[in-house]
Amino acid sequence: MIETVIYIFLAIGVFFNGLGSFGLIRFPDVYTRLHASTKCTTFGSIFTSLGVIIYGVYYWHTESTSYGVLAIHAFIALLALVITNPTGAHAIARAAHKSGVYPKRAVVDKLKEKGDLSD
Amino acid sequence: MKSALITAVAAFVLYLILTVGTGNILLWSSAEIIAGVLLSIAAGIFGRKLLFKNEDYRMLNPVRWLYFIAYLGPFLFAMAKANIDVAYRVITGRINPGIVKISPNLKTDLGITMLGNSITLTPGTLSVDIDEKANDLYIHWINVKHKEPEIEEICNGFPKWIRRIAE
Amino acid sequence: MIETFFIVAIFLLIFMIFGVIRIVLGPTVPDRVVGLDTINTLVIAAMIILGAAYDEVIYVDVAIVYALLSFVGTLYIAKYLEGDLE
Repeated sequence: MIETVIYIFLAIGVFFNGLGSFGLIRFPDVYTRLHASTKCTTFGSIFTSLGVIIYGVYYWHTESTSYGVLAIHAFIALLALVITNPTGAHAIARAAHKSGVYPKRAVVDKLKEKGDLSD
Repeated sequence: MKSALITAVAAFVLYLILTVGTGNILLWSSAEIIAGVLLSIAAGIFGRKLLFKNEDYRMLNPVRWLYFIAYLGPFLFAMAKANIDVAYRVITGRINPGIVKISPNLKTDLGITMLGNSITLTPGTLSVDIDEKANDLYIHWINVKHKEPEIEEICNGFPKWIRRIAE
Repeated sequence: MIETFFIVAIFLLIFMIFGVIRIVLGPTVPDRVVGLDTINTLVIAAMIILGAAYDEVIYVDVAIVYALLSFVGTLYIAKYLEGDLE
């Protein structure tokens, strides 16, 4: 029963991680690639890590406490990943726009119209 | 003084969570507790200006943390929708991108940071730049419908939640 | 159960190859940074999975430190691209 739940979580995680990597190849410019890679790999990593956390919590009750330690540390790693990943994506997007890489096939570019922001 | 104390307590709690299961005083060994106390006092003294800028203690209010936990529900739902949206665009390759501007009227640093991260993880949007004087956000939108969008179209009512959490 | 974790890790390794392809092909420098960032995320996910597969908590500790350090690395490269470094 619990094994089926873990298999489903791992499968969802692998699917979305693969989708993010595939979008990285398929999309035409930096910003759309960031869309694919940030959203999909964060979501996929949440699900693969949740699989590990459920595994740890389940065997914590039946076998030994070292599995509980595994679950807690996996949760902290997941928290660090979820906080840092979108911030890194924002930094890359801002740096790309400032270094002169503009979106391809863009309908509107308010930031370019305004000129680079000086902070 | 107060900010150093709170930072030290937060660092000590994080240390205890990371070293759980090492010994038998409750769950920790005595060496880990001594090292944790010393390190978190040092962290509190050196990092006292990082967590609480300008002696502002509004985030210690537990009501804000309850709102934050309640916010995770709609946020995770929007994130699942975002991934299905990206899946659709990866498979069909149908995009209509552009960079638009919104004015969310949030004033604090924490509020802007939370809104930017939430926008990056929700459907079709990615925060690119911030105008720090006017607090405007520049957002890369993968499927532009209008050139002057409403806030509701882009961020699903997140500014209302974030105003309760962080302002 | 353990075999499943290894299969998942192999899949993540294959996805990392997509990131390497983007680093090699990428026409501009930010494209290459996006590829690097994706590889970092996948490495962290794979380390958590391998920590469960080999039953070693130390792998997950390394994943925590790797997550924070790779974030600092990405920020530093972004700052360099902006041209703010003296």
